[in-house]
Order: sequence, then structure tokens, then C-alpha cells
Amino acid sequence: MATSDDTDRPSLLRRLFPHPLLTILLVIVWLVIANSFTLNSLVLGTILGILIPFFTYPYWPNVPTGFRAGKMIAYIGLVIWDIIVANIAVAWIVMTKRNADMRSTWVTIPLDLRKPEAITVLAGTITLTPGTVSADLSDEGHSLLVHALDAESPEAVRYEIKERYERRLKEIFE
Amino acid sequence: MSTVLEILTAVTLIIGAIFTLVGSYGLLKLDDPMKRLHAPTKAGTLGVGALITASILHSFATGGNSVHEVLIVAFLFVTAPISAHFISKVNIHRKRCETPPPPPEDTSWATLGPSDGPAS
Amino acid sequence: MILPTGLFEWSLLIAILSVSVSQVMAMVRLVIGPGNGDRILALDTMVINAIGLIVLLGIAQGSEVYFEAALIFAMLGFVSTVAYARFILRGDIIE
Repeated sequence: MATSDDTDRPSLLRRLFPHPLLTILLVIVWLVIANSFTLNSLVLGTILGILIPFFTYPYWPNVPTGFRAGKMIAYIGLVIWDIIVANIAVAWIVMTKRNADMRSTWVTIPLDLRKPEAITVLAGTITLTPGTVSADLSDEGHSLLVHALDAESPEAVRYEIKERYERRLKEIFE
Repeated sequence: MSTVLEILTAVTLIIGAIFTLVGSYGLLKLDDPMKRLHAPTKAGTLGVGALITASILHSFATGGNSVHEVLIVAFLFVTAPISAHFISKVNIHRKRCETPPPPPEDTSWATLGPSDGPAS
Repeated sequence: MILPTGLFEWSLLIAILSVSVSQVMAMVRLVIGPGNGDRILALDTMVINAIGLIVLLGIAQGSEVYFEAALIFAMLGFVSTVAYARFILRGDIIE
């Protein structure tokens, strides 16, 4: 067991609902798949949402703690807006700039985040937003390699990623 | 079919078509394997997202009221970064691009690290 | 060939044509692409474009059954991309 501090038995509620956010997500996904918001599918979705985390709990016992769902929704909104803006910018660069004019470069980013979930979300965000693709992680997981399509300087890209995304993710996950 | 929804559907279809076209054009035009990664992962994904939004709008216009296409968009947006990450690791591994600078904190990048280590 | 009449039909035709052209361009990259990474990327793009084509076909025929096909295409495309990349990286898919 990775967590050593909670040696006492978890409460009954915690044992029945080991992953509360997963339960909510499963209900929503089931309603969307069923494509109808009826009591019938809501009940079936709730049953699935309770049973699946209960039976798969032994395979992933480490429940992520300190996750702020409200701030995550605000972050998703910000990222969707950035995706739209970024796509217009990248489309413009691809269509108008000649290949030789693009100042594409590698950018290395030292990470303040330590949780694997947070680093995963950061890498996904970087790939989906302005002209950057996350390419690799260092062997200990303390820095991230990013490729920029058309950047003024590596420092500007690094500053924007750290200020705009990593600071918010640190608030959400840690 | 109501007129406003029809115009919205048409506009979304055109936006999606343009982004899909730009994504594949970038794949063909750019000259470096790492540069090529940018166009399809971003423009292509948003293009298909817009086409699927058009499908949802169309179903509302014809009274079908189906929203389950949202799942495809969500799945594409979650998986596109992972595919891009793997392809860039392939490029680094096969030395198809210029070698990246060393990381600021650790010893090496996971792909370039010692081949017998636990890097993946 | 019957030319479309309304605004919606015209935009649908334009969308189908441009997604088809993108599919052809991705196929060219698949054939000429100098490296393995380029070929994997071209295949990934072709899968995404194929999802777009399936969705457009669903709109054109007003049918709901194409949703499952598109979803399965998305899942299979992702898994095959990761499998190809992993095969090149490690020489093996399941260790």
C-alpha cells in the first residue's frame, strides 16, 4: 500500500463509494450513451456507477485526495477557450508562413507539480493549446520536454505555461 | 427545420471542413517530423469536433435531440495528446529530429535514457 | 449528379469534399513519409478524418446508426496508434 498514514479502516461510506467522482462520471456517461434523460436510464446508470467502482476498487486502491472539482470545471472552460484560439493561430501559421520562417524550438520546463495525475493533465493541456506539443518527460519525472511550432523565445513559452496552466493545476491537485 | 439552426449547422460544417483541411494540409506541407505533429493533432481534432457539433445541431433541428456524439468529441480530445506524445517519443527515439537539450533537473529524458533502465 | 438546393445541402457537400481531400493528402503523407513517426501520424490523421466522414454520412442520411461506428473507429484508432508507437519504441507491445 502506498499510503501509510491511513492505517485505520476506512468508514462504511468510503468503502461503499470508493471513488465518488468516478461514480458521478459513470452516471453522466451512461445517460449520454443511453441518449435519453429518463428515470429508467438514471436508475440503471446509478446502479452501474455504484457497482463498477465497488468491484474495481482492489485494482486501484489509491484514491486521489485533495482534488478540487469546482476549480477543475473552471480550468476546463479556460482550456476549451484556449483550444479554439490556439487552433485559429496554428491554422494561420500553417497556411501563411513558409517552412523556413518558422522558429520551431525545443523548450524544457522544470516542473513544480509532483502528482502523476497533475503532470498528465498538464501535458495534455500543453499538447492541445497554442503551438506546443509535449514530447517527453525526464527519467525522474521532474521536467517536461515541449516542442514549440513558432516561438519568440523558449523563455516566453516556458513563462506562459508555468503562469497560465501549471499554477492553476497546482491549486487544483495539491 | 428552423432557419437559425440550419444556418448554424451550415456554419459549423464549413468551420469543421476548413480545420480538417488545414490539419491535413499542414501534415503534407511542413518539413520536419516534429513540426508535422502540430497540424493534425490540433487542427484535425478541432475540425472533427466541429463536424460532430454540426451533427448534434442537425439532430436538434430535425427533432432527434441526440447528444451522444459528445462522447466521441470527449474521447478524441482526451486521446489526441496521448497519441501525439507517443509519436513524438518515436521521433526522438529514431533520431528523426534534432536532439533535445538536456533537462534542467534530472539526468536525461525518458526516451533517450539508458536502454536497460525502467524508462518507458 | 444532382446539385444540392439549399444552404445546408451545399455546406454538407463542401464538407464531404474537403474531408475527402484531406484524406487523400494524409494518404500521400502515408506513402512518402520518410520516417516511421510520419507514417503513424498519417494513419492517426486518416482515422480522425474517417470519423469525420462517417459523421457526415450520418448527417446526410439522417440516420443514427453511424454513431456506434464512429465511436468504435475512435477507440480502435487510438489503440492502434499507441500499439504502433509502442512497437517501435520497445520492439514489443505487451511486455
